[in-house]
Amino acid sequence: MILRGRAAMEFKKLINTGIEKVKSNYKEGKFSPFFAILLAIGIGLLIGLIVMMFSNIGESIPAFFTLTFGGLTELGDVLYKSIPILMTGLSVGLAFKMKLFNIGAVGQYTMGMFFALVVGFYVELPTGLHTLVAIMAAFVGGALWGFIPGLLKAFFNVNEVIATIMLNYIGMYLVDMWIKGSGKMFDFAATRTKILPQSVQLMKIGSSTSLNIAIVIGILIAITLHIVLNKTKFGYELLATGFNKDASNYAGINYKKNTIITMALAGGIAGLGGAFAILAPSIIANNSMTYEPINVLANNGFMGIAVALLANSNPLGIIFSAFFVSYIQKGGSLVHGGFSYKPEIADVIISTIIYVSAFSVIISKSVGDFLKKRKERKANPSGSSDIKEE
Amino acid sequence: MDILYFIIQQTLPVAIPLMIVALAGMFSEKSGTVNIALESIMMIGAFFGVLTFSIVMKLNINQQLIVIIGMIISGVFGLLFSLLLAYAAINMKSDQTIIGTAMNMLVPALILLVSKMFFGGDGVYNPEASVYILEVPLLSKIPLLGDLFFKKTYITVYIGLAIYIVATIFLNKTKFGLRMRACGEHPQAADSVGVNVKKMRYLGVMMSGLLAGVGGFFYAIGVTNSGINGYNGVAGYGFLAIAVMIFGQWKSSKVFFAALFFAFMQILGTSARLIPGLRELNLPSVYYTMLPYVVTLIVLMFTSKSSKAPKAAGQIYDVSKR
Repeated sequence: MILRGRAAMEFKKLINTGIEKVKSNYKEGKFSPFFAILLAIGIGLLIGLIVMMFSNIGESIPAFFTLTFGGLTELGDVLYKSIPILMTGLSVGLAFKMKLFNIGAVGQYTMGMFFALVVGFYVELPTGLHTLVAIMAAFVGGALWGFIPGLLKAFFNVNEVIATIMLNYIGMYLVDMWIKGSGKMFDFAATRTKILPQSVQLMKIGSSTSLNIAIVIGILIAITLHIVLNKTKFGYELLATGFNKDASNYAGINYKKNTIITMALAGGIAGLGGAFAILAPSIIANNSMTYEPINVLANNGFMGIAVALLANSNPLGIIFSAFFVSYIQKGGSLVHGGFSYKPEIADVIISTIIYVSAFSVIISKSVGDFLKKRKERKANPSGSSDIKEE
Repeated sequence: MDILYFIIQQTLPVAIPLMIVALAGMFSEKSGTVNIALESIMMIGAFFGVLTFSIVMKLNINQQLIVIIGMIISGVFGLLFSLLLAYAAINMKSDQTIIGTAMNMLVPALILLVSKMFFGGDGVYNPEASVYILEVPLLSKIPLLGDLFFKKTYITVYIGLAIYIVATIFLNKTKFGLRMRACGEHPQAADSVGVNVKKMRYLGVMMSGLLAGVGGFFYAIGVTNSGINGYNGVAGYGFLAIAVMIFGQWKSSKVFFAALFFAFMQILGTSARLIPGLRELNLPSVYYTMLPYVVTLIVLMFTSKSSKAPKAAGQIYDVSKR
């Protein structure tokens, strides 16, 4: 419905090749990365169940069902909450393609949100245009926060992991200070930002949920990124650098320039996530999303890492993994409502999934080898597969 | 002069955790495993240390002794938790940064979950703890030194310095330490002369976990007044410790001064109103809170070009490359 023309073709092709791959792998007794991810998810859920059993055995089974299937009852909400992590996921994923680990999505997200807030409160524009300008500003804010570590990496060889972590803290403290210092943005009584004008809020889709136009923009950006990575010179250079930095440099690819561009672009995309989160319309009339500056790092930024890793940094896969992570988070908050558990159970499961997915390829390979051997043994019951001499 | 005393008295309890955790990072990296998970191991150490503290405190024994008990427990849990990294990095050959990040995400969630469910808050606290040492008997009477190092301090400062000395000797002077370092520089060469690379790397990560756990507990004692919560954790001290290690160029002597420098930057914020010159500037305290992170970035800019990092740190040991 949203996908038309070339993008749809690309999408279909990708899914078809994926299915083909899984089929052929299964026939050969090999396990694909897709199975590895499923395995990681399975183990993550299992660990979640064990943690739940340890903390409260009586409620654990029904609560686990709510956790895993509860999200189905509120799919609109799941989809809406997947938008910000879709953006941070794309940000982390893009940098990953160049073997850069952008933990800075946290700070870039916060910066983007702040820039959107500034445009929301300080600029007066007609509806629609106002939103557009705010979104663009968020991109600039996030890009700035990605540009700095990119520059440091390219020219000073500063490890981007440490640099972006430091910038996460700096960004968080700066934004919280700026917001608290602005009477136009900060509601001192509520210790939150004031209510944004309607003109800057994103267009709603449907009436019952908070689902908004950002989901369409987000998916379009994911598809664009997929095309940029696979069909353009820049994308080719980026991937080549990711595979082998020295070889690509030797081949004349400008490593420094591409590092800076990639980090700035990744930052900008994470910044959009911040904008989409804060500009989302509220279900309550004459209301809006607000932000509470309490010096806590943005969790949506960290979730981007999970989203990107689950999809193996594939932009189209990230659409689905963002939805999945949002789904588990929804389950976590539902469990919090009905049982004695807390929503953090979802974070426990998600971080376990990341942990396991980092080596699940090896596990699934060994499982595959095991199954293959067993198959061979069945076909050849004498036990040894050596060539027999008669 | 009083201001100088005050700043040094304040700096040491902050510098010690940074120093120990930077050493923890060194143990891991020198044996060949990058440990981004220091932050979460610190949190584990702090959590179990403070928890032990609040349980043992009911027994009415000397509180300084309880600190030592808490320290042991925090070290043990830090070590156990670091096995997650060791297993994934050494046995399963995974990307160490990803594993570290996953661990860093897991711990705050676990602490929040457990604390909210069982302790009715977002962390564990020990408001009745009084481990602050006003003055050490006898030693505080020494002129100058007594005022500088033996008044208004914590026992963690002395234990921390002892740990620093032992760890430095271990890394640089013992056969075992040198073998461990060989595994981070050139594992193939180490293997060819009969060093068990896998075992050494395991030990390196476990030592790292032990030290980081203790460092986390010392952070809770010296910085947050015997408390830890899941939202703030250890405020990025694990990452700052990595920066201390890089700034110290992976050398224990330099790490000592790097930790003091970073701790001083941290203290500057809380004591800015007492220092003439800074008092007149009247900057918001947030600027000082941000200072260590900004300084880290600037310091890394100047030290990263000629990195003295162990050559094989972060690389998976592959026997076939020998």
